[in-house]
Amino acid sequence: MSTKEALFDYVIRQADNCLILGQRLGEWCGHGPVLEQDIAMTNIALDLIGQSRSLYQYAADVEGKGKTEDDLAYLRDVWQFKNLLLVEQPNQDFAYTIARQFYFDNFNFLFYQALTESADEQLKAIAQKSLKEVRYHVKWSSDWILRLGDGTDESHERINRAITDLWSYTGEFFNNNEVDNAMIDAKIGTDLTGLKPKWEQKIGSILEEATLEVPAGEWMQSGGKEGKHSEHLGYILADLQFLQRAYPGAKW
Amino acid sequence: MVVVNDNLWTLLEEVKDPEIPVLSVIDLGVVRDIKVDNNKIEVVITPTYSGCPAMNTIESDIRELLENEGFQNIHITTVLSPAWTTDWLTEIGKQKLEKYGIAPPREKSSDKKGLMGEHPLVICPQCKSENTELVSQFGSTACKAHYKCKDCLEPFDYFKCL
Repeated sequence: MSTKEALFDYVIRQADNCLILGQRLGEWCGHGPVLEQDIAMTNIALDLIGQSRSLYQYAADVEGKGKTEDDLAYLRDVWQFKNLLLVEQPNQDFAYTIARQFYFDNFNFLFYQALTESADEQLKAIAQKSLKEVRYHVKWSSDWILRLGDGTDESHERINRAITDLWSYTGEFFNNNEVDNAMIDAKIGTDLTGLKPKWEQKIGSILEEATLEVPAGEWMQSGGKEGKHSEHLGYILADLQFLQRAYPGAKW
Repeated sequence: MVVVNDNLWTLLEEVKDPEIPVLSVIDLGVVRDIKVDNNKIEVVITPTYSGCPAMNTIESDIRELLENEGFQNIHITTVLSPAWTTDWLTEIGKQKLEKYGIAPPREKSSDKKGLMGEHPLVICPQCKSENTELVSQFGSTACKAHYKCKDCLEPFDYFKCL
């Protein structure tokens, strides 16, 4: 694998994380528990989709085959998506959505923070821009963990179930694969194993304050970064890509 | 007819943010540079938020204005670095915002009080009371938070610090 191929895959992975999670949050539009939170979720979705656009544009430039951001978002199939398995998990109820967001936001913050030191100027610029937005996401999902965990018996039980059920999708955050290793060698990417203690410390302290315990499970899911996905991603893409598949090249 | 470089900044004052039409792209600090070389013109812009849907409109509005001014070779480049911050809103821009009913950002972007759980002092743009309360960090657009005034009871937008 050349450095260029690894860079393409590395950028695509983060673009896919942002797009798929943005799409999931967008499903809440018009269905939020209260208006303010409906707006919060769609605002976060918009930030993430905006970040994915910058990343897809850059990936298309790196690839150098004359593709656009839209080609990469709309015309790749499931196995070509490299997003983490967590972000494609269904919304279920508000507790699951918050748990998924809380785990991801805290990872995403550390990841972008590390990329602000990247030797790749464009990736560095995208990370610096995105980091400012992600600060607000982290604050929002962390506040909700506190409110639900330290809320009523029912909210406590439901958020506890959600953080426990989604826990096995967090291990994948911190596995370096061959793409990561190539990017670490090129000083473009970051050693993901190094982010793990910081992430554990951060989520541990918030969960404790929320009267929740860090889930104990040790077995972790993986495969998203290699394009091996859960059944959910196909359905997301069917929805997301429908128009360009049915009417190729359709424009506003 | 081609206007000289200095006047281009004044000219671009005519391009407004489509979501906050009292603010020009100059007030917002979205235009980073204007370069003229013979009949070629390049305008360098930067997005406020990554997902700001106004950027496409801003780009086409700038293009249309320049075409009407006689430019033919128009390039609009988007740069992400240095990342836009609310510090780039001009003082005039902040005054226009307040007059329009949106509370302008109060802190420097280096001051992350709002994220540390301390709320900035946000003054109600309607009655000027300091007795206001955050409803949600996410408001009607990506760049705004939702507040309410506990004196006049009006809800309002706060252009949040980034």
